[in-house]
This record gives sequence, structure tokens and C-alpha cells, in this order.
Amino acid sequence: MFDIDRWKEIISALKKNRLRSFLTAFGVFWGIFMLIIMAGAGRGFENGMFEGIGQVAQNSFFMWTNPTSEPYKGLRRGRRWSFDNEDVAFIKNHIPEADIVSPRIFAGGGGGNNTIRDDRAASFYIKGDYPEWNDIDPAEVLMGRWLNEVDIMQRRKVCVVGDQVINELFDPEEDPIGEYLKVNGVYYQVVGVVDPISNINMNGRSEESIFIPFSTMQVAYNYGNDVHVLGVTAKPGYSAAMVEEKVIAALKQRHKIAPTDVQAVAHINLEKQFKQFSALFDGIRILTWIVGLGTLLAGVIGVSNIMLVIVRERTQEIGVMRAIGATPRKVIGQIMLESVFLTAVAGYIGLVLGILILEGLNYVLEMAKANGSTEIFISNPSIDLTVAIACLAVLVVSGAIAGYIPAKRAVRIKPIDALRAE
Amino acid sequence: MITLKNIHKSYFTGSNSLHVLKGIDLEINQGEFVSIMGSSGSGKSTLLNLLGILDNYDKGEYHLDGKLIRNMSERNAAKYRNETLGFIFQSFNLISFKNAMENVALPLYYQGVRRKKRNAMALDYLDKLGLKPWAEHMPNELSGGQKQRVAIARALISQPKVILADEPTGALDTQTSYEVMDILKGIHKEGITIIIVTHEHDIAAMTDKIIKLKDGNIGDLIINGDLASFKKNYAKELQTL
Repeated sequence: MFDIDRWKEIISALKKNRLRSFLTAFGVFWGIFMLIIMAGAGRGFENGMFEGIGQVAQNSFFMWTNPTSEPYKGLRRGRRWSFDNEDVAFIKNHIPEADIVSPRIFAGGGGGNNTIRDDRAASFYIKGDYPEWNDIDPAEVLMGRWLNEVDIMQRRKVCVVGDQVINELFDPEEDPIGEYLKVNGVYYQVVGVVDPISNINMNGRSEESIFIPFSTMQVAYNYGNDVHVLGVTAKPGYSAAMVEEKVIAALKQRHKIAPTDVQAVAHINLEKQFKQFSALFDGIRILTWIVGLGTLLAGVIGVSNIMLVIVRERTQEIGVMRAIGATPRKVIGQIMLESVFLTAVAGYIGLVLGILILEGLNYVLEMAKANGSTEIFISNPSIDLTVAIACLAVLVVSGAIAGYIPAKRAVRIKPIDALRAE
Repeated sequence: MITLKNIHKSYFTGSNSLHVLKGIDLEINQGEFVSIMGSSGSGKSTLLNLLGILDNYDKGEYHLDGKLIRNMSERNAAKYRNETLGFIFQSFNLISFKNAMENVALPLYYQGVRRKKRNAMALDYLDKLGLKPWAEHMPNELSGGQKQRVAIARALISQPKVILADEPTGALDTQTSYEVMDILKGIHKEGITIIIVTHEHDIAAMTDKIIKLKDGNIGDLIINGDLASFKKNYAKELQTL
């Protein structure tokens, strides 16, 4: 294999027809290049998607209410209803599979400015939350703190705000902690600033939200006992779908809603969503490999084709080689090595170029992210080392296969026929 | 050295069969310098290919250096060709992208001789044939005579017992042809058996024994002493033409 004469022969054979060698190599190059780019891009979308979902508890589900769609127990259909505080207690006490149960009330997002600070005003989403909400959909605390139990118990008039709120209501160098915001006519002291990790955005974008204690919000704006949204997680080892079913059944019973009413309790189950995403990306990955390997196969067939031509052109030379003592094995080895060399070099260039482009893209994305672009749904497009190595292995093997058929043909030619072919 | 007993060979093209060799009996001893003649289609090239283990025969027995050559695997055939036989072709058949020295060294490469050693040996042989200054030249930079001398050096380097030459002077002018024949004579003096196929009478007349093939049989066997009369006949043939 590491024989100067052999390599000399390979190089001179390829040099003899540079354009053809180049075009052949390009087929393989393109195949592997596409494979790398597509696999990398697929991975990028996947990373971007799951990064967007962030740290959200994957076993969580959220519920809110809709008017009933069926009459039940003498109650008409189309009845408006709401979860209440007792529901929260009931779930906590009677459904042991439920782990965190966090109610929420929300308001705002409807256009008119609802938040005022001195001479500035803006419109934000107002959310009344329990501290536990942060365990379901965590946000990074940039300054100060998140809501706590004491805020709830004492119905403190404090708020935690999304970072966008700070941008709009405060000067850049101003410290918002301790300052007051007037939200729908009530003053709240800012105790924390948060930056959401996920882009799940239940009830409006988290960056543009003002979070106040649940109990404060219920009282301050006359919501009474109402709960708008329930966020629940399943205990480890339990399926969120199963817990969800149980919880919804219990809620329907408590509120005199027909068990068959599918509309009254609206819900979104992240476990299901995650599974769907996973399946989607599995599909993308499979498609990538089918298309990539198909392109590669076309390239390999091109190599095989060119090797056939080369063998035909060199029939006489092969005849001479055999007349002066080259064994069939040597001839086969020579041609296969040539083919493997061509595919491996072309493939390697495709591999390196593909990875370079992915790295470049990655760099651009990182820069954009650092500059504050939040609308990026593709992240860290990359390809595993194992995948890259597998690609190279596929190349070498396919190069060998591409060379084998022409090599076999070269050996089948009788030396004497080969010598006569002029 | 070479014994042929009742050798038959047919070629098949589609449904037609062509019976080329029809029972050749031939003995060539070590150190003989033999030429095979015959009109085209008489089977002389076929015979040479059989002798060179480049082709198989259908019937009969072929002993080379005391060993029966029959239905050899390609691998063994390659080994025999490499060790026992040297080939010289009409069209030289040098490898175009190797220089003269590398071409000469090629048979040793297939024997697994190390590069340094085989190149040194190749230089020796080129020197013997007066081509040392051209060792680094590529085949297309050499004249026909030089190419054939390189080919002869290549045939000699594996120190074969038999040299088979297919129209070695076919592509050369008369003077160069004679030069090449002189070289072959010199090799013959060293004790190597040489068999050449030719259709040129003057070339054949320089050998010790002429085998004339006619329609797949040996038509005439002219041995050393009779060469004078062969020349007479040859002259007559020329007159009748």
C-alpha cells in the first residue's frame, strides 16, 4: 500500500485526464458535502427547537377553560366557567401522581397601555403566579429575585418583570430594583428581573410580562376565587398524559361538566409535544440520510464508471503488466486502490468543506445571538465526529466497491487480448 | 526445455470455431535460437502465446522446463511468466508513464524486490545495452530501436530461461532490426533459449532453426546446416512473387 510505484501509477493515471478525474471526484465530493450540510442543518433545527423549549419541564401540561359544549345535569351547553382555588387544593390532595400544581391568572395584552412609570407608559402581559411556576417554565433571574411564599401569604404588592419591560420603562443605566410600576391602577415594587429561557410563552411573551403574586392579583383586580390556567407536572415515573387525564376527569366532575365534553377543558401536554418533535426530527434525520446517501451513491457510480473507462484505456498496459508477471491480485489491488484513493480524497474534501461551512454558519449565528437576535430557530448546526468517521468509512468502502467491478473486468481480459488491443 | 506433444487449439467466435493449431509436436532444447515463421493465419502467434502461458490449449501436452503447463491458475501463470519467461513485443509495450529504468525494473517489482536494488539492477542491464544515459527518459523520448532495447532489458532482468519475442523487429527499420538481432544473438550466447516469431526471412535466417508453420501444422523444420538451402529457397520464393 505504501509503495511509491503504486502511488506514482495512481497519480499518473488520474493526471492523464485531469478534467475527467475532477468531474468524477466532484460527484463524490458533492454527495458527502450535501450529506454533511443536511445532517448539520437538521441537527441545527433540532438544537434550536429544543433550546427554544429550554428548561421547561418536559412532563408538564397546562389547562385552561372554555365554555362547555354539552348540556349536563340540567346545565345548558355554552356555560362559562372557571377553575378555582379549591381545584388546586383538590388536585394536590387527591391526585398523588401530580407533582407541582401552579395556578395562574393573567390579564393584559389587549392594546391599551396598562403599565405606567412616571411619564412612560406601555402595554404588558400581567400574570399572577405562584413561585412554583418557575419550576415548570424556568426563567433566568437577571436581577433581584423571583416571587416567593411570603409574597403570596402577605399579598405583597411586588412584581418581577421580563427584561423587555426594563428596556421600555427604564433608562439603560437605571437600577429597576426597588422602583415602582403602576399596573392597572395599582402600584407594585419591582423586586426582580427575569429573562425567559424557553420560548414557550404561555399567555403572552414572557419578556414582555409582569409577574405579580397570585394572591395579590386575585384580590387587587377582583378575580375572586378564579384561576385561569393550571400548570401541572407529573411525578417522576408517571406519564404526563395519564396524570392529565386523571386531573381533567376530576375537574370535570367538580364543575359538573359532561365527562364526554372535550372542549370545556383546553389543555396542552408538553410531553406529547416533545414526542411529536422528536418524531419530526427523527423523520428529518432519516430523510437527510436517504437523500445524502443517494447523492453519494450517484457519485460512487460515477467513480465506478470512470474506473471502467480507465481500465478499458489501459487494457494494453494491464496486458503488459500481466505478461511480465503481475498477478491478478496485484492488478485488482492497483485498480481498487486507485478508486478508493479518488473517492477518499474527494470525500474528505467534501467532509472538511461541509464542516467548515457548518462552523462558519455557527459562528455567524453566535454573533447574531450575541447581538441580541432572539428570533433564531437554528442553533449549533454540527455533525458528530462519529457520523463524520462513518461517512469516511462509507466512502472508502464504496470506493472499493466502485473499483472492484472494473478491476474484475480488467483481470478477465486475457493478457493476449490485452496486448493485441491497440 | 520446451516440449509440445500433439497440441491443439481452437478459437470460438460465436457459433464458428476456428481450428488454429492441429497437433503440433515440437522440441526446443535449452540454448536454442529458434524462429517461427508462417503466413498470417498459420498459427504462429497462437503458438507463441501458448508457449508464453498467455493462452490455454485444448488438447495435448506442453512441458516447460520439465513442468507440465496446463490449466494453470492465473496466479501461477503469472509466477511462471515472471520467473521463467521474458517477453519482447513488436510494439515494445513499455509503460508510458514510467521512465526507461522503471520499465526495466518492473518485473522485479512483481517479484517483490526492493526499489533501490531493482533500480540498480535495471541500470546494469540498461548499461549492457548501451542505454545508461537514457535511463531517466520516458518511453516517448526514445527512438524505436532504443525502446526495443529497453524492452529487451526488461525481458532479461528477471533472468529468464526462455525469451519469447513476437515480431521483435516488426516496427523497426532494417538497420535497427539487425542491431536488435545482434543483441539477441549476444543473449543467446549466454545460454538463454530464444524463440522469435517473424515473417521476415532475413531475420529468421539469423537464427539456428526455423519452424515454418502451415495451416496449423509444422510444415518445415530447417536446421542450422540447411540454412544455406533455405536462403536459396527464399530467393526462389522472391522470384516467383
